[in-house]
Amino acid sequence: MNFSEVFKLSSLLCKFSPDGKYLASCVQYRLVVRDASTLQILQLYTCLDQIQHLEWSADSLFILCALYKRGLVQVWSLEQPEWHCKIDEGSAGLVASCWGPDGRHILNTTEFHLRITVWSLCTKSVSYIKYPKACQQGITFTRDGRYLALAERRDCRDYVSIFVCSDWQLLRHFDTDTQDLAGIEWAPNGCVLAVWDSCLEYKVLLYSLDGRLLSAFCAYEWSLGIKAVAWSPSSQFLAIGSYDGKVRILNHVTWKMITEFGHPATVNNPKIVVYKEAEKSPPLGHLAFPPPRAVAGPLTSSESKYEIASMPVSLQTLKPAADRANPRIGVGALAFSPDNYFLATRNDSIPNAVWIWDIRKLRLLAVLEQLCAVRAFQWGPQQPRLAICTGGSKVYLWSPAGCVSVQVPGEGDFQVLSLCWHPSGDSLALLSKDHFCLCFLEMEEGVHTAFGQRGDCT
Amino acid sequence: MGDWMTVTDPGLSAESKTISQYTSETKMSPSSLYSQQVLCSSIPLSKNVHSYFSAFCTEENIEQSISYLDQELTTFGFPSLYEESKGKETKRELNIVAVLNCMNELLVLQRKNLLAQENVETQNLKLGSDMDHLQNCYAKLKEQLETSRREMIGLQERDRQLQCKNRNLHQLLKNEKDEVQKLQNIIASRATQYNHDMKRKEREYNKLKERLHQLVMNKKDKKIAMEVLNYVGRVDGKRGSWRTGKTEARNEDEMYKILLNDYEYRQKQILMENAELKKVLQQMKKEMISLLSPQKQKPRERADDSTGTVISDVEEDAGELSRESIWDLSCETVREQLTNSIRKQWRILKSHVEKLDNQVSKVHLEGFNDEDVISRQDHEQETEKLELEIQQCKEMIKTQQQLLQQQLATACDDDTTSLLRDCYLLEEKERLKEEWSLFKEQKKNFEKERRSFTEAAIRLGLERKAFEEERASWLKQQFLNMTTFDHQNSENVKLFSAFSGSSDRDTPTLHSRSRQKKPHGVPSGSPVCTSKLTKSLPASPSTSDFCQTRSCASEHSSSISVLNITPEETKPNQVGRECAHQKWSMSSRPGSQEVCYSGCSSTYTNSHVEKDDLP
Repeated sequence: MNFSEVFKLSSLLCKFSPDGKYLASCVQYRLVVRDASTLQILQLYTCLDQIQHLEWSADSLFILCALYKRGLVQVWSLEQPEWHCKIDEGSAGLVASCWGPDGRHILNTTEFHLRITVWSLCTKSVSYIKYPKACQQGITFTRDGRYLALAERRDCRDYVSIFVCSDWQLLRHFDTDTQDLAGIEWAPNGCVLAVWDSCLEYKVLLYSLDGRLLSAFCAYEWSLGIKAVAWSPSSQFLAIGSYDGKVRILNHVTWKMITEFGHPATVNNPKIVVYKEAEKSPPLGHLAFPPPRAVAGPLTSSESKYEIASMPVSLQTLKPAADRANPRIGVGALAFSPDNYFLATRNDSIPNAVWIWDIRKLRLLAVLEQLCAVRAFQWGPQQPRLAICTGGSKVYLWSPAGCVSVQVPGEGDFQVLSLCWHPSGDSLALLSKDHFCLCFLEMEEGVHTAFGQRGDCT
Repeated sequence: MGDWMTVTDPGLSAESKTISQYTSETKMSPSSLYSQQVLCSSIPLSKNVHSYFSAFCTEENIEQSISYLDQELTTFGFPSLYEESKGKETKRELNIVAVLNCMNELLVLQRKNLLAQENVETQNLKLGSDMDHLQNCYAKLKEQLETSRREMIGLQERDRQLQCKNRNLHQLLKNEKDEVQKLQNIIASRATQYNHDMKRKEREYNKLKERLHQLVMNKKDKKIAMEVLNYVGRVDGKRGSWRTGKTEARNEDEMYKILLNDYEYRQKQILMENAELKKVLQQMKKEMISLLSPQKQKPRERADDSTGTVISDVEEDAGELSRESIWDLSCETVREQLTNSIRKQWRILKSHVEKLDNQVSKVHLEGFNDEDVISRQDHEQETEKLELEIQQCKEMIKTQQQLLQQQLATACDDDTTSLLRDCYLLEEKERLKEEWSLFKEQKKNFEKERRSFTEAAIRLGLERKAFEEERASWLKQQFLNMTTFDHQNSENVKLFSAFSGSSDRDTPTLHSRSRQKKPHGVPSGSPVCTSKLTKSLPASPSTSDFCQTRSCASEHSSSISVLNITPEETKPNQVGRECAHQKWSMSSRPGSQEVCYSGCSSTYTNSHVEKDDLP
């Protein structure tokens, strides 16, 4: 495992191009495009202000930089460095900007969600979509880029509009039976739309592309409901994480629940492997005892390794504040592996643990307990490899063969706050507050065997 | 005894006296009254009593006291103390004899009373102790009753408390339920209120938004614009098309196409899955049939039947092959049939497996407990028996050896001792030698006889067989002769009788006789020697040997065709019985059995020869 040198970064804006050739990163108002393999700077663009959002077009030819504060979007072309485009939303303001699936349209959401403006790079035409709903995830494109589903709110009722992306024509418009729609998400096959209600009510509605209600699912009432939803890449399963600390999985034939994954604080099944991150005690020196370590401060570069805990294991739980909004309970993050075989979840009341479920057997496979709260995790796009970061100077990788904890080298402390995979799955960008580096996973033989082992490897 | 009593226990005697006094209470003589009073006042002082008694009669009142006593005694039914007066005037004289008799009787009476009193007292004591015991028991029981009552009360109290608690808990539960209901209602009302508020707020918000929209969007905002260096081409290279009804229709079409494709894909998948499952089902069915059908038959027929089932399977398959196309076409018609048959087979299989399981468990449970143990027990018994026998044999051998050694010792001892002994044991030695030789001779005889016996038995078997055949043929011939040649028949009879030699009786009698003879005739050789053997040697080997021969002989007698000599178990009583039987048979049939036997055999051989001659 190799690491690149560390580059500057701001606002955690660093993205691989969809074709995997380039890497775009932002440093204040500058956009830097590098070769993804050599990391040589290919282009350097200068924006008008600090960049707040960065997005590659689907064909990897354009880069969108949003400057929300100024209500501006700047687009750069990779092929024609002199080409430039600036979209000013004026007094309407800008809160969100994204590419259309064809890479020739930009969807800008104005302040107060007054409307969505669809700008075209091909023609002068501008389309407006009124009444978009301000919600967690109100806009979703199908994988094939044909359709856009948009959550709307009119006269205190929720609606979903389905547009054809090629000409932004409205295809379907229907109201949903939700109190306060919180999110929508297309199934990967683009034929089913999952719609879920806000956390006050547990409700998932499944709509066909033509607007028919296929099914509705409600697990319980009178309690906080859904926190996160994820489709399996095969569109076969819909995993719903909720505030009761459970993941429920629906099947695509009957849309009924096939199983329920609880996240108990104690694991007492010998079939489950619990990897516990343990600190390797640093060589004894003149360190004070106990070693001084600020809770939020930089971690000392002590090495850590995974140990297989013996049953029963009790995981560290967080007592949620019951009188505050958005309590830290429930399953807040869940992701299927690209081959559909695994599901990774995090229960927010047990923030240090990542749970990995075997979808073929519908049971818990492994639990990874970290020393710190898990910030983010992401599956490798090609293989079932899960990369985890906790805000420390290490990156953790899990695969069915085992898991490793990898120290990010370099002077000073590199706190990995976020990460993103290269589309090939060979490298991984690790992002800290103002730096980033690449971690190359293409492995020599020796390292490969070491990676296959259950245990530590630095 | 009364004296002794008075000496040892003056109080007691005093008491007894008082009792006697009580008996005479009815009389109410002044003195007795007085004495009573005295006694009551001073009971334990016997001296006083004595003095009092001595004071009863004084010099002066002898007459009076005598008369008083007489009166008293006569009233008690004693004879008068006075002699029968001859005349009225004559003064009655004291009859000493009567007095003495009375005294004696009184004493006897006194003794009796004492005894009775003693008995009564012991009984009284016993009763007293019984009473105490009973009282104790009563007290104990009362206590128990009390404690149990207390316990009961305690339990009742606890029960009551628990019930109370239960009621409270019920109440609490009800309260909680009410509370929950109330809270739910509150939540619901809050939710509706919240929704209502939200709606109101949202309306306001919408109004504001609308206004903002108007304000911001409607007046031509110069700022809202896009600066592009030059427009880029579309990804597909086409120009954007106008929005028309056509495009709408096209969009719809496309959407439905996508949906259709998806559904078709799913249907295909489901079909594939179904086909797979069907295949699995069919395979399962086939396997079940092939698995189950041979097991229904008996195991030894399995080989034949398995081929049979294979054939039937093949036939079925041939039928199914033609049907398979139908299966693919419509599942519904065949589904039920298939599932039913599978279910049936499955049930059979399940029951079979359960049966097997039961068997296995039974074997596991009982295999070690019952069968094995029984066999082991048998085995142990057998070994024990055998060991015992071995022990016996060993002992016997030892004694024999001892005897022999003694003999030898006596024979080859030192000259002096031999000389010394010779004078004593010469006679004995002589006798032993004689006996020894006799024994040897007997043994030899016995062996010989045994051999001849077996031979005879073999011969007998053969002869018997021949005879049976001959008889059959003879009977046949006789039958034929009876019908055709009467004269020849008579000739034959004559011939037969002539051949029989020892007797010239009729053929039927011959048959009966030969049959009668057989059991006796077979062991005929043994009796002479057995009697001797039993006399000379108490040891069993020879007897067992004998028994072997005997059993062999009996076997010969029963089934001649079987000639293997199997040693039977030689139980002592059986031996004795058989010996007795032997003796009996010998005694019952003294004389030359052998001769008779040989005669018989000769007849048989002759008849055999004759039979050969016959057509």
